[in-house]
Amino acid sequence: MTGRFSPRSRRIPWTLIVFALALFVPWLGSRYDTFLATQILIYALFALSLNLLLGVTGLTSFGHVAYFGIGAYVCGIFMKTLGVPFFLAFPAAGIGSGLFALVFGYFCVRLTKIYFAMLTLAFSQIVWAICFKWNDVTGGDQGLPDVPFPDLDWMSGLPGFGHFRIGEKFYFLTLILVMLCVAVLHRLERSPFGRVLTTIRENPERAAFVGVNVRAYELAAFTAAGVFAGFSGALFGIFNRGVFADYVFWSKSADVMIMTILGGMNHFWGPAIGAAVLTILNQQITSYTEYWPFVLGTILVILLFVFPGGIMGALDAGWTRLTHRRDA
Amino acid sequence: MGGLTAAMFLFLIASGLSLIFGVLRVLNFAHGSFYMIGAYLAWQVVRWTSPSGAAFWLATVGAVVGVALLGGIIERLLFRHLYGREELYQLLFTYALVLILGDAAKFTWGTDQLSVSRPVILNGGFTLFGTILPYYNLFIIIVGPLIALGVWLMLTRTGLGRMVRAAALDREMLDALGANVGWLYTGMFMLSAGLAGLAGALVTPIQSIVPGMDVEIIVQAFIVVVIGGLGSFWGTFWGSMLYGQVLSFGILIFPGFSLFSVFALMAVILIVRPWGLFGKPIR
Repeated sequence: MTGRFSPRSRRIPWTLIVFALALFVPWLGSRYDTFLATQILIYALFALSLNLLLGVTGLTSFGHVAYFGIGAYVCGIFMKTLGVPFFLAFPAAGIGSGLFALVFGYFCVRLTKIYFAMLTLAFSQIVWAICFKWNDVTGGDQGLPDVPFPDLDWMSGLPGFGHFRIGEKFYFLTLILVMLCVAVLHRLERSPFGRVLTTIRENPERAAFVGVNVRAYELAAFTAAGVFAGFSGALFGIFNRGVFADYVFWSKSADVMIMTILGGMNHFWGPAIGAAVLTILNQQITSYTEYWPFVLGTILVILLFVFPGGIMGALDAGWTRLTHRRDA
Repeated sequence: MGGLTAAMFLFLIASGLSLIFGVLRVLNFAHGSFYMIGAYLAWQVVRWTSPSGAAFWLATVGAVVGVALLGGIIERLLFRHLYGREELYQLLFTYALVLILGDAAKFTWGTDQLSVSRPVILNGGFTLFGTILPYYNLFIIIVGPLIALGVWLMLTRTGLGRMVRAAALDREMLDALGANVGWLYTGMFMLSAGLAGLAGALVTPIQSIVPGMDVEIIVQAFIVVVIGGLGSFWGTFWGSMLYGQVLSFGILIFPGFSLFSVFALMAVILIVRPWGLFGKPIR
């Protein structure tokens, strides 16, 4: 099931190439390109964290946006209201959303399939209702505007960085943090722990039968996914200059699911590619028409019926066909 | 009494949602979109037939038929091919419909608030316990349970209803016994969409039609069916009643947190009895 290109293409260090290219975006592209790249990085981390549940463990979480939102609020409240520096607020966001994911997940993993999806949705709406109404802490429907950027003045001392403004500096910070998180996620999926999760996806009864504590593993996956969603939310709040209640609204959960499926949830990098494609498409299409949801819905229908494996799945199939023809 | 009218609307919408879950085991996010399209269609028909006294009733029929046909077309052409696939794909397909239908409505009818006036026969009202109750609200309070009763009788007392319940239990077996399950599913989908369209048409004299009414109602309808029990008709009825009560008592107990209290109730019920207060556990 896990999509894999042929050994020859795998020898090319794609990850390093993409990372190296991404490192030069602020020099090569415009300020707007850097802005877009920051957004892609944040969404890519969010979608990758969801895929730990969706693709790896086979859990249909329809409330993943809750942990993204909690991360954004924790980081925003720490940095804006309490004046805590970023290097403390960022881990706190991960811990905060991880704790919520642990508590909510404890109840969710007891249910299966559609009931699991509905309970995750219910919890995310509880979080939304609290964020929307608790004026004293979350700013209610006004949200938390003007979350400050982290102090990145030290970057100006680096060679070639002198002319960069805060936007570009924040891009470098995001790039490094996202890459670290993605490395951990990758390690996690390839570890024995990740293999057990895949076993659970393929056949939970059999996994339980050979002695795996299915609920405990699912809860661990749910919590880990929550932590990384929290990290991406923390970055997004700063990137967007504020944290607002609609970050947590249920339709956002569907949007990140679409990214994951568009890229292909059977491939580790699929969700990241989906995030990139969808973000760029959104920017392009919204400049022509206000009917972006219509386009998104149409893309989704085509995806579900024609390319259920997403972009990576289609590429994989295409590649296999190509190499097979050459062999014959 | 205003609360009771709202509960009846919610019940009409949620009953269709519950019906389709009971048969197809899928949560239809697009149910709210069917409701919205029903409201817009009703407005359109009223516009075409305006001076006539029967305009509103024609509009109601038009909305029911139009939305049922729309649902039938979607089921026949697209949704049918997703049966047997993972829930994730079915859920996302219905979400895609929300996006597409929402924009299609905006495209066709614009973003302005539209409204329909009450049918002439039901103008005015009467005084009850010192408050004025419009005849239209009374009509809704009576029609809501009547329709529920009709569908419930159909599901429990007729041969067709037996087939529907059999399809919910074991589709393949029913297929093997020679029933045309494909069309049965289409029919149920149309019935469910038609109920949403009916609710959409009936709501137009009370609420203005705006884009976004689809997403707003679907969340409420979800809560109702989850509380009452997915697939349980009377569960949906009591769920709508309870929803209204919790919402109004939530306002009394923690002002500003009534939204929180209904979602919390939904979560608690899912944790303790995932099949709802009135539903039966399904394996």
